[in-house]
Amino acid sequence: MDHLVTSGAWGLALLQALLYAALGPLLVGWIRKVKAVLQNRRGASVLQPYRDLRKLLMKEARVAHTASPLFRAAPYVVFGATWLAAATVPLVAVDLPTAAIADIIALVGLLALARFFLALAGMDVGTAFGGMGASREMLVSALAEPAMLMAVFTLAMTAHSTNLATVVDYHLTGSIVLRPSFLFAFAGLILVAIAETGRIPVDNPATHLELTMIHEAMLLEYSGRHLALMEWAAQIKLVLYGALIANVFFPWGIARSLWPSAVAVGLVAIVLKLLTLGAALAVAETVLAKMRLFRAPAFLNLALLMSLLGLLSHVILGVRA
Amino acid sequence: MSYDGMALLQQFLLVLAALVLFSAFSLLAQARLVSAIHAFAWQGALVAGVTTVIAVAGRLPHLYFSAALTLALKALLIPWILHRLVRRLELDRHVESLWRPALTIMAAVALVIFSYWLVLPIVEQELTFTRNIVAISLAVVLIGLLMMVMRQQAVIQVLGFMSMENGLFLAAVSATAGMPLVVELGVAFDVLVAMVLFGMFFFQIRESIDSLDVDRLNRLTESRGDGE
Amino acid sequence: MDGALLLAALAVMLALASAAVSLAAAQQPQVLRLLAMPLLGLSGLLALGAGLVALVAGGAVTATLPLGLPWLPWCVRLDALAGFFLAVIGVVTVAVGLYGPGYVRTLEHGRESLSALGVFTGLFLTGMLLVVLADDAFLFMVAWELMSLSSYFLVAFQHEHAANRRAAFLYLLMAHVGGLAILLAFGVLASFGAGFAFDAMRSADPPVAWASVAFVLAFLGFGMKAGLVPLHAWLPEAHPVAPSHISALMSGVMLKVAVYGFIRVVFDLIGQFHWQWGVAVLAVGSVSALMGVLYALMQHDLKRLLAYHSVENLGIIFIGLGLALIFLSAGHGLLGALALLAALYHTVNHAVFKGLLFLGAGAILHSTHERDLEQMGGLLRRMPWTGLFFLVGCLSISALPPFNGFVSEWLTFQAALQAWHLDSGVLRSLIPIAAAVLALTGALAAACFVKVYGVAFLGQARSRHVRRARPVPVGMRAGQGLLAALCVILGILPTGVLTLIGDIPRQLLGGGLSPAAASDWLWLTPLPAEGVSYSAPLVVMLLAGAIGLALWRLRHAAVRRVRRCAAWDCGFAPPTPRMQYTATAFAQPIRRVFGLLFHVDESVESRGHDGTRYQLVVRDRAWGLFYAPVAQVVETAARRVARLQSGNIRVYLGWTLSTLLVLLWIIS
Repeated sequence: MDHLVTSGAWGLALLQALLYAALGPLLVGWIRKVKAVLQNRRGASVLQPYRDLRKLLMKEARVAHTASPLFRAAPYVVFGATWLAAATVPLVAVDLPTAAIADIIALVGLLALARFFLALAGMDVGTAFGGMGASREMLVSALAEPAMLMAVFTLAMTAHSTNLATVVDYHLTGSIVLRPSFLFAFAGLILVAIAETGRIPVDNPATHLELTMIHEAMLLEYSGRHLALMEWAAQIKLVLYGALIANVFFPWGIARSLWPSAVAVGLVAIVLKLLTLGAALAVAETVLAKMRLFRAPAFLNLALLMSLLGLLSHVILGVRA
Repeated sequence: MSYDGMALLQQFLLVLAALVLFSAFSLLAQARLVSAIHAFAWQGALVAGVTTVIAVAGRLPHLYFSAALTLALKALLIPWILHRLVRRLELDRHVESLWRPALTIMAAVALVIFSYWLVLPIVEQELTFTRNIVAISLAVVLIGLLMMVMRQQAVIQVLGFMSMENGLFLAAVSATAGMPLVVELGVAFDVLVAMVLFGMFFFQIRESIDSLDVDRLNRLTESRGDGE
Repeated sequence: MDGALLLAALAVMLALASAAVSLAAAQQPQVLRLLAMPLLGLSGLLALGAGLVALVAGGAVTATLPLGLPWLPWCVRLDALAGFFLAVIGVVTVAVGLYGPGYVRTLEHGRESLSALGVFTGLFLTGMLLVVLADDAFLFMVAWELMSLSSYFLVAFQHEHAANRRAAFLYLLMAHVGGLAILLAFGVLASFGAGFAFDAMRSADPPVAWASVAFVLAFLGFGMKAGLVPLHAWLPEAHPVAPSHISALMSGVMLKVAVYGFIRVVFDLIGQFHWQWGVAVLAVGSVSALMGVLYALMQHDLKRLLAYHSVENLGIIFIGLGLALIFLSAGHGLLGALALLAALYHTVNHAVFKGLLFLGAGAILHSTHERDLEQMGGLLRRMPWTGLFFLVGCLSISALPPFNGFVSEWLTFQAALQAWHLDSGVLRSLIPIAAAVLALTGALAAACFVKVYGVAFLGQARSRHVRRARPVPVGMRAGQGLLAALCVILGILPTGVLTLIGDIPRQLLGGGLSPAAASDWLWLTPLPAEGVSYSAPLVVMLLAGAIGLALWRLRHAAVRRVRRCAAWDCGFAPPTPRMQYTATAFAQPIRRVFGLLFHVDESVESRGHDGTRYQLVVRDRAWGLFYAPVAQVVETAARRVARLQSGNIRVYLGWTLSTLLVLLWIIS
């Protein structure tokens, strides 16, 4: 671990963490822009989410009479946990110390911590909406977790480690391989990412009808800077999953060393990959409609099946003489 | 022989084989009749693809002809016939969901693991990477049979039967580099004739019991008194 | 090392003293909380000390007691495994000792016999300590029986209610059936080892068939005590009806003693490993984990819910043990040690956080006299410390970083991931499937505890007496606080804990994790070659840093104040407590998705002027599928045998004559 303790590596890791926080609103703005263009509108500027966050941060926060101290603490915990989780995913460079702090399983654990507090915050005020959002969110996440872990296992069985830097490295250094297991794990992870980040067809991030909300219902009582932190955390989560999928399955371009030139190339590469993924997500959201809640299990079972097939392909087709 | 050592073509072959397995699952779980026919068409095309790649990698020119035959028959002609049949039977929008989908999929996964375990003792060296494709083809056969057990609609049962035949063809191609051409042609024409006969039978069944639900055929038992 | 054995002996003496002193509680009720409970706590402290010394010092100490039969004296042995379980027992007992005095004060005015409570608690602890220390089958079985019988009396403490008596009877019945299976297992091992002493059994080498018989019997017996599906039916009946601090001891400690028994018999005494055994244990563990958490989600009685979670967590421990058996049978000593350590870590974690949760449930019961989640709400503002500690317990049991539950689940996943080392493709497919089931149970457990904490502590109170809840006495808070602090410490310093328990696989299996694995306090790298690591202290520091950064940046925000207002009500009437989500409502989506696994009876009847009545009954399928048929068979067999009792004296004399003739013939 000695080579990780250099200040340069830690400095770059800090920069990467700040970049995650900065790219979140940009990605969401880009997705909304593409959707607007597909729907024949001009749409708001790509920088609009930044303005929204700034507006919220400057507004007064209102808290209900029945809220407990947990209601006020939850946004900070959610934001902190999601940000820390994002910081461990390689964004521009592979070999950073933050990747060794938490592997994929710890990443899932940190996101689960954020979700736990989010759900508790939803139940805190004592209205029906929060309870409904919390109940639905826990159902979706409970079904998504085995699919995610099965996809992770498929990756880990080939790379022999759950450390993200090792997995990315393995994919980069191996000869270009068309593995069926990776193909299925990719499909499974995409479906899980859609469910976990609350996008159509699982949840509609732009809805205003309480009965169709999952994520929004838990945020209904929040305002001002608390709401800004929660929204920001959701945006960071989207970049997290995007960077995870882009860098694990299409790692070409990521910096293998800490030279500024390599890092610059890595930055350009990841921005291009995220823009492509964002556009693809926008197309999918325009083409598909939101499913009813009780069809989400079928969706997540498909994700689990894909990941399971990935694992089986690895075991059956991964030749061991 | 690890993965990286293989040529690109062989990796592509394994990807196609995995996609065949996926198509067997999607055929099992499809609710809509028309989508099931499309899934079957894709399965045929993928099997033809596997045959072509084996022909290229193993330099076996007669397999090109098998591939072309499979493509024409399984991916184009038979789905077209079924599609026309379905339209004439007015079943275009027929939807029939699977009974206990979670259990059925788990059973299918268990069948895959079982067929892998069965094929393990085949240790011939030259078959090392195609041996695994034999495991997949056995799984496709078993899943086809499972499909015939779990689904009620007659047309879907025929699709299950056809996908069993796909699996057998895949096994033959991967294990022995294809069957002799005469046998191949014979089987192909048999399948075509079977399709035509099935079509006639569908009309006959529908006229006599007014539905294509094979569970209704149990009215034909002796012990039943009158009707239902 | 003799010091450790001395400390352990003192612990046993103090537990017996606590029992003896409680006899006086019949006349003087204060004796129980002033003398007996502190003695119990002190005994726990000594047990903890003995365990820690044994773990640190390494090696094993044996002694022979001047008790028992002349040709079969009782032997005790304190090695690393026994020391670990002594420490587990000790730490929960200390917390119970702190918590007990405040809790039993309310029982002093009741009709139940306080002396019975004190005596049997002391005997219960004595039994558990002796089981862990035993080095021969005789002492083991005597102590096991003592443990089971005294806990029966504790479960039947509030025996006025018929339901409690039924629960206690079921518990007694299953404890004895399990005990019988364990006795038979020892019998098989003793016949090959020529003696009942554990040393004799260790050196014996039974053939595979008989070793498998012993394994199955031991698995049945210890599994029944540990509450594995389908032998778990007594757990959700017995644990809720006992007093809360006893439930904490039973769930937190007694189930672990069953795990100790299993490890001792299978890993130490039998000594052979076969992959079939490992697959069986892995399968049973996975099913228990999943069914346990699903049934827990359907409960709205807080203590019953926690009891079902014990089933789930024991399932997770046995998943780890199953993985260890599989790896050891394939010859991978290092991986087997890793899996075993993961299981042991989860053992101590479960003892700590389950004890904490049961003590919290007891605190709620003490303040509100309420066990039903549907009546609770808003308790965080009435009982802030209990709420905080209970939150720590909920976070730990949901396996969330940086608490202790996460570390043991992480280790279990890492062990499962090493399946790629195995040769068998079937095993390489099945183990990840078991790991996916583990992931599902983890997520469902988090869902369940969001429900529990959200319904009980957050929101608004759903009934009057809950609205007026008072905080609990300092002693009860201290007990919970101790366990909560341990949850945090065990989560942040995993390498320290692994160094401490690293001796156990070395003694049992002859090989452990490499020294590099546990050397660094910052990075947890169980398998240095793989390059996988988790740094809990850094996670905590960075998490605190991120939160602190957000707080600091927002201090300079334009408007810092927070204004109170009414909750959003869509413009209709203000929200009443009845409009909140109930616990049953929260679990409804999951009940619908997993509906096949339960026996659900749902009915809505409209009763005209009286309104509508909605009834939901969720029953355990195991009753219909397993217990009812077994009870049928036993009853029919018993009825057939009962025909021997014809009532005619000449028939009885005839039986006596024929038995005499057969025996004389055999002797000749």
